[in-house]
Amino acid sequence: MNSLYYQKKLSRNVVDKFFTFLSLFCALIAILPLIFVVTYILIKGGAQINPDLFTLEPNPPGDDLDAGGINPALIGTLVITTIASIISIPVGVGGGIYLAEYSKGGPFSKFVRFGVNVLAGVPSIIAGVFIYALIVSTKILFGSMYSGLAGGMALSILMLPTVIKTTDEGLKLVPNELRYASLGIGASMYTTILKITLPTAFRSIATGVVLGIARAAGETAPLIFTALFSYYYITGFGDLFYEMGSLAVLIYNFALEPYDAQNKLAWAASFILVISILTVNILSRILAAFTEKTKRV
Amino acid sequence: MEEKLILFKNRKRFGIEKNIDIIFKNTTLVLSSLVAIVLFGIILVVFFQSFESFSRYGLNFLVTSEWNPVKDEYGAFTAIYGTLVTSLISLLITIPLGVGTAIFITEDFVPKFVREIVGSFVELLAAIPSVVLGLWAIFVLEPFFRDFFVFLHKFFGWIPLLSSEPAGRNSLLAIIILVVMLLPIVTSIARDTLNQVPKKLRNAAYGIGASRWKTIFSVILPAALSGIMAGVLLALGRAMGETMAVTMIIGNSNAFSWSLLSPGYTISSMLANQFGEADGSQVSSLFYAAFVLMILSLVVNIFAQWLVKKFSLKY
Repeated sequence: MNSLYYQKKLSRNVVDKFFTFLSLFCALIAILPLIFVVTYILIKGGAQINPDLFTLEPNPPGDDLDAGGINPALIGTLVITTIASIISIPVGVGGGIYLAEYSKGGPFSKFVRFGVNVLAGVPSIIAGVFIYALIVSTKILFGSMYSGLAGGMALSILMLPTVIKTTDEGLKLVPNELRYASLGIGASMYTTILKITLPTAFRSIATGVVLGIARAAGETAPLIFTALFSYYYITGFGDLFYEMGSLAVLIYNFALEPYDAQNKLAWAASFILVISILTVNILSRILAAFTEKTKRV
Repeated sequence: MEEKLILFKNRKRFGIEKNIDIIFKNTTLVLSSLVAIVLFGIILVVFFQSFESFSRYGLNFLVTSEWNPVKDEYGAFTAIYGTLVTSLISLLITIPLGVGTAIFITEDFVPKFVREIVGSFVELLAAIPSVVLGLWAIFVLEPFFRDFFVFLHKFFGWIPLLSSEPAGRNSLLAIIILVVMLLPIVTSIARDTLNQVPKKLRNAAYGIGASRWKTIFSVILPAALSGIMAGVLLALGRAMGETMAVTMIIGNSNAFSWSLLSPGYTISSMLANQFGEADGSQVSSLFYAAFVLMILSLVVNIFAQWLVKKFSLKY
């Protein structure tokens, strides 16, 4: 009787409905944290934004009602991530070129790819511990201990696997015909790579690298005992060899202060950090979707 | 004939260009081997720095929970227990949530653009720095859950894991914030693997009359199991090494307690907390703890990679 029609009360249909709602419930829970975090940061951090924030030094924690600004930390984050990029981009892109162009499936490239994945899984605080042992405690950098330079080096260890991976994968997507055409008209290998394959893969590599930089800008663990923190303006190149503040460490330090003014500064710094990181992420997503569309045509 | 040959000869590359080619190749070779050098460098440096503590305490370090810089006695059991228990419990919560979300994204319950929005929301969550999540946890999550923890202790206090009076920051809050951090990892890897399961399998299951969820549970999830497992292991490695958010919310206490409602410690939060002002044999003991953490995460990561390699080409 009517067995060809959909029967709502059949146990299999009830079970199906139940699990469908369960998965909907999971998805709802999964998007809640982002909404909550971003809302709180927009409200609590956004309220603190004023011109002084960008120009003043933070006041040392105390009963002061005015906590000052975050200028040194803002500049510090820019300086430290720049140092990390200067180290990791050439090394990573060069290493990625070797993996993708020279030793395609050989044992060496297998070993290095394995190493890249393992390095990507090394906890970020271990990178800080490593740089502390290698540079901070040995005072190898002209006798300076905690320094922005050391912090940048610790961050570069975290960026390196990302840069190598995106270069390797970006170059693998370049069609072989382009390489053959270039080599066929007599170009040497390095001309082919620098003039043909790298420019072709530029957009995907650049996207990956920018995402890696955005990720590094928010990293705190490697900085807390390599770059430490500083309350003072960065005035010149000499400051690279001294303690340097960063937004991430500022958030960590000031979130744990018992004073309200410092807590507010931490929210303001989170606002700036999260807005810039999310902007970079969303822009690169839009760009990637856009290139995919144009490629199909 | 002779002239033609000379012309051909002239078209050879100059020596200098050949040399540049070789130099370029070798430079990239050196750069790519730097990864291996850095990796071994990290392992060796951390190992040698921990040597003093290792020779003094041996494996006892792993099972004693005394951490006393004044008496110069060190044992990392509290931190190791904290690391394992927070990462494993958070993973147990994340797996059903993440896989459920991944199924929701890959099935067609709702229009595609809604699923894409859900997917990118989850991925954007991964972009939020962990120190910001820690700040949020301190000022929003902790007050929000305070009453709930009291309730939890009142009714489930007989369970050893919930046996202490809740007071401010504790391990359970660290677990909650870890779930938030692991969710994007598990979800995106599970989604990618589910997308790779061939359509044929699904159609075959539908064809013999299986319902949608019967198909998911008996055909699609088993086919995607290895990929999901690898994602879970990667998330486990991440959970064990996660530092900032956990340090800010776990309470940082070395007094050992089985209970999740009392303040705890993880290896990484111990490092973040003490490394800056440690001296003498405490430094070496911290390096020993760092070495333990590194070995734990290396083992988990290598196992995950092995799993991916072994099972990825099944279909």
